[in-house]
Amino acid sequence: MATETHEATAGACVDAGGSAIGMPQLCADWMPNQVFWLLVTLVAIYFILSRVALPRIASVLSERTGTITNDLGAAEELKERAAEAEGAYDKALADARAEAQAIVAKTKEDIQADLDVELQKADAEIAARTAQSEKAIAEIRDNAMSSVADVAKETAADLVVALGGKADKKAINAAVKARIGGAS
Amino acid sequence: MATETDTHSEGGLVFHPLDQFIPKSLFGDGPIAWYSITNVTLWLAIAVACVFLLMVMGTSGRKIIPSRLQSVAELIYGFIYKMVEDVCGKEGIKYFPYIMTLFLFILFANYLALIPMSYSPTSMIAVTAILGFGVFIAVTVLGFVLNGASFLGMFWMKDAPAVLRPIIAVIEVISYFVRPVSHSIRLAGNVMAGHAVIKVFAGFAALTLVSPVAILGITAIYGLEVLVAGIQAYVFTILTCVYLKDALHPHH
Repeated sequence: MATETHEATAGACVDAGGSAIGMPQLCADWMPNQVFWLLVTLVAIYFILSRVALPRIASVLSERTGTITNDLGAAEELKERAAEAEGAYDKALADARAEAQAIVAKTKEDIQADLDVELQKADAEIAARTAQSEKAIAEIRDNAMSSVADVAKETAADLVVALGGKADKKAINAAVKARIGGAS
Repeated sequence: MATETDTHSEGGLVFHPLDQFIPKSLFGDGPIAWYSITNVTLWLAIAVACVFLLMVMGTSGRKIIPSRLQSVAELIYGFIYKMVEDVCGKEGIKYFPYIMTLFLFILFANYLALIPMSYSPTSMIAVTAILGFGVFIAVTVLGFVLNGASFLGMFWMKDAPAVLRPIIAVIEVISYFVRPVSHSIRLAGNVMAGHAVIKVFAGFAALTLVSPVAILGITAIYGLEVLVAGIQAYVFTILTCVYLKDALHPHH
């Protein structure tokens, strides 16, 4: 590779073979070129950045920060509203529960009142029926008693007649009465 | 320096690790004048085109939810903006476009230089010296314009014992003037060394026996260079911010 036609450029920095003599970095012949193009490059990059890129990125970043702040604010607001709604819901629930309890208590009271009335009525009826029954039983007993006395008088009179005596109505009645009266 | 190996015909070992840095005219063969369009020009132009593509075309959507390219552009913007703000404070923000220019130029020049057959402008000491001394002169002028003669107070340590102050002042002045030198040589040296080492490994790859090792070496050094390209752009930029801070607040 050493035989290329670099003789034209051969000089202080390059040998006849086209290779560098010493460090190319230190060759003064080449420096003005690098310096010139470097300055052009730096100015170009500076203008690209300061005129277009940096303001644009700065605006995008601040816009994003603004958006994020707004979104966070909105989220905060929504959260508050959710908390409010939850409070309202809890309150409604508590109210409903209280109302339900009130209704239950009132219903219980009503039922109790009805029950009391009915019970009193029933008691009264039972008392009435009991009294009636007692009356009937007393009547029946009285009837039975008088029947027993009649049957006893007749039987006693018949017995006296059958035994050959004479039926003394008065004496028999007194005797029967004494017996029954003693028994009852 | 590598010319002796030209006569080395039998092994096929040809070392020209520095030939990659030779500027060549793209049109015509004559000597390179300051205005000649060379491969330096070409790769600088490609760097400008890449900056334009990323920072202008990439953000042309102005989307609230960024596209991929836009988020890269925003990431770089935010990164450098925060660096300037953190190091220089609020007063440094108005110099942000200049620092952004430096960072993007060095970043793209470094990374484009890693494309095989490309040219690496940031390996040229003339280029980095312009950058380094440009920063140095700008910062020094700015320091005197903003602070007047009190900018010199930067060299006079008021907290140090009185006896030591003159000595420290001398050291501070020397270190101040060494800044642009180290600033520019650091960048050029790193880029140049990496590229030259890759070329040396590539030269060894011509020997069948060692070529696997040489190719592994190229791969490893290339990986390292990818790191170095980004880190050097970052280092150059943050040092620029630090120097700028001295001009804005010379009294520590």
